[in-house]
Amino acid sequence: MTGTFTTGRALTFGLFLVLVAGTLAITIWARRNSGDGAEDFYTGGRAFSGLQNGLALAGDYMSAASFLGIAGIIALSGYDGFLYSIGFLVAWLVALVLVELMRNVGRFTMADVLSYRMRARPVRTAAAVSTLTVSVFYLLAQMVGAGALVSLLLGVRPGETFGGMSAGQAKVATIVVVGVLMVVYVTFGGMKGTTWVQITKAVLLMAGTALMTVLVLAHFGFDLSRLLGSAAKASGHGAAFLEPGLKYGTEVPGHPGATLAHKLDLISLGLALVLGTAGLPHILTRFYTVPNARTARSSVNWAIGLVGVFYLMTLALGFGAAGLVGHAAITAQDPAGNTAAPQLAHVLGREVAGRYGAGILLAVIAAVAFATILAVVAGLVMASATSLAHDYFGQVLMLGRPRESQEVGVARFAAGLIGTLAIVLAIFAQNLNVAFLVALAFAIAASANLPSIVFSLFWRRFTTAGVVAGMYGGLGSSLLLVFFSPVVSGKVNPVTGASESLFSAGVDFHWFPMENPGLVSIPVGFACAVLGTLLSRRPADPARHAEVEVRSLTGIGAH
Amino acid sequence: MVSGTIHRHAAPEPDYAELADDPRFVLLRSRFRRFVFPATAAFLGWYLAYVVLSAYARDLLGTRVVGAVNVALLFGVLQFASTFLVAVRYARFARRSLDPLAAELADTADGGR
Repeated sequence: MTGTFTTGRALTFGLFLVLVAGTLAITIWARRNSGDGAEDFYTGGRAFSGLQNGLALAGDYMSAASFLGIAGIIALSGYDGFLYSIGFLVAWLVALVLVELMRNVGRFTMADVLSYRMRARPVRTAAAVSTLTVSVFYLLAQMVGAGALVSLLLGVRPGETFGGMSAGQAKVATIVVVGVLMVVYVTFGGMKGTTWVQITKAVLLMAGTALMTVLVLAHFGFDLSRLLGSAAKASGHGAAFLEPGLKYGTEVPGHPGATLAHKLDLISLGLALVLGTAGLPHILTRFYTVPNARTARSSVNWAIGLVGVFYLMTLALGFGAAGLVGHAAITAQDPAGNTAAPQLAHVLGREVAGRYGAGILLAVIAAVAFATILAVVAGLVMASATSLAHDYFGQVLMLGRPRESQEVGVARFAAGLIGTLAIVLAIFAQNLNVAFLVALAFAIAASANLPSIVFSLFWRRFTTAGVVAGMYGGLGSSLLLVFFSPVVSGKVNPVTGASESLFSAGVDFHWFPMENPGLVSIPVGFACAVLGTLLSRRPADPARHAEVEVRSLTGIGAH
Repeated sequence: MVSGTIHRHAAPEPDYAELADDPRFVLLRSRFRRFVFPATAAFLGWYLAYVVLSAYARDLLGTRVVGAVNVALLFGVLQFASTFLVAVRYARFARRSLDPLAAELADTADGGR
């Protein structure tokens, strides 16, 4: 016996293999039990119940970034991690009031709704561009994160080896394995397989998080105040640990300009989080997997319940890790805090059942994190392949007259293409700071997609030119502002001098002071949509708008 | 309009212009808007108030209430509570006030075929 960590590592790896085998079995089962039509591939046959789709929505939404990331931010920066989860949760109310209408009007994708009363080709092209941008950025963040994370979870640190691989090789191998698996789930399992993978992951994640939460609370005698007090004390920040301001909207004494930029940045992030969810393509396509708008509504309510309870539990995990693992031990393993939750599992397991308990609970939580990564990337590939095949190939290239089998074939091929692209990009980006891409994906969804969604449903005079201007305006302004922001260049750690931007230290061409573009780009997106409409040469067709209104509110003619 | 060979529905289109002028539809739309527009403004405003206070009213949010629990934590938990409340209230409202009207209109549209 060479120590707990080695036994734990073998067990972790074993559980990873069990997960891969289990999800592949689900995929094969889904392939055998669904037809070859477009409905089957894109929607899994529209037969999921409210609870099932609610679990799948929660599964799509609770990425490794929110499980490990938010627990880590809370463990290191305290209260500010909570700000993130609140934005993520309240956002579902925006989705709640919009998705029923979208479910009633559309068929497979967001663009079905946007193009309903517009000229299809420009609108669908814009929607496909925006969908791919959001999904690929999100995907890239998840895959680069996965590479680093799995190495950490398997305990492969720089200088060590695992199965003959160095830490760097293990990272690349992880990215490739995760990438190949997500393509396999989507290509063979379609929406049905992907959805069941999501459901499985959501159940595992909720169960694992609940178990840890109970253990943390039990440790502190179910006294929340003691938990918080211990976290604050161990963090070294004291009471400030339980207040906003350690990570976001930080005050820089003597620099009112920098303080203002930080505070506006916090508001900008909050806006993007709350308005972005209802524009995320992989969330929107989920609502076509249920039979009708009423089930879509109930699935959002399930998702709100699950996501809400989950984020409340991450509070216990984060503060528990701060108190029981401690700042120094967490940052020694990973400076960003992503391993706080697995490390907490190790401590809690040891309390319950000694060395073996520590190894077992660590392995279980690591496996849950792995399942989370696999499911989220599969959902993203599914949404982008659907948009590429249905919106771009079917409606733009084939002018809305593709053969059904042809379009589904293109969707499967597109999944492979997007997967390969994501693998290659992730390998190139593996040592870059790409954590900002998740917040950027939300900002783009809010700036490019939300204005067109809202105006398509509620503004009678909205036109094709309005959709196109709004989507490209929102997308372009978010990308432009982020490119010239501190996340791309010019952010340097004041203590170590190391770069905290995409580019290395020394490169600095930033002029936009905020890291999150939403505060500017969301109003720009709305303004472009309005201007495009007002400047249109062709006015909107009032009869088509009446049709959208009737269909969206009554479900008449819904698929 | 979704069209092309994938489109399987062969039934004749309902008369949407007529349905749009149906008093039951006008009622449905005004009920939906009278609930959803103010509710959306309210929960977005409540959330933004929370974010802005987190940035600018840190002394207030740092005030201790019970033990280690401060106003910031309570405010955050209240955001969760209000989200759950709005979701439940909207679901009940839709079930009682929107769904029956929508079903009636769908029947009318079917009968017209």
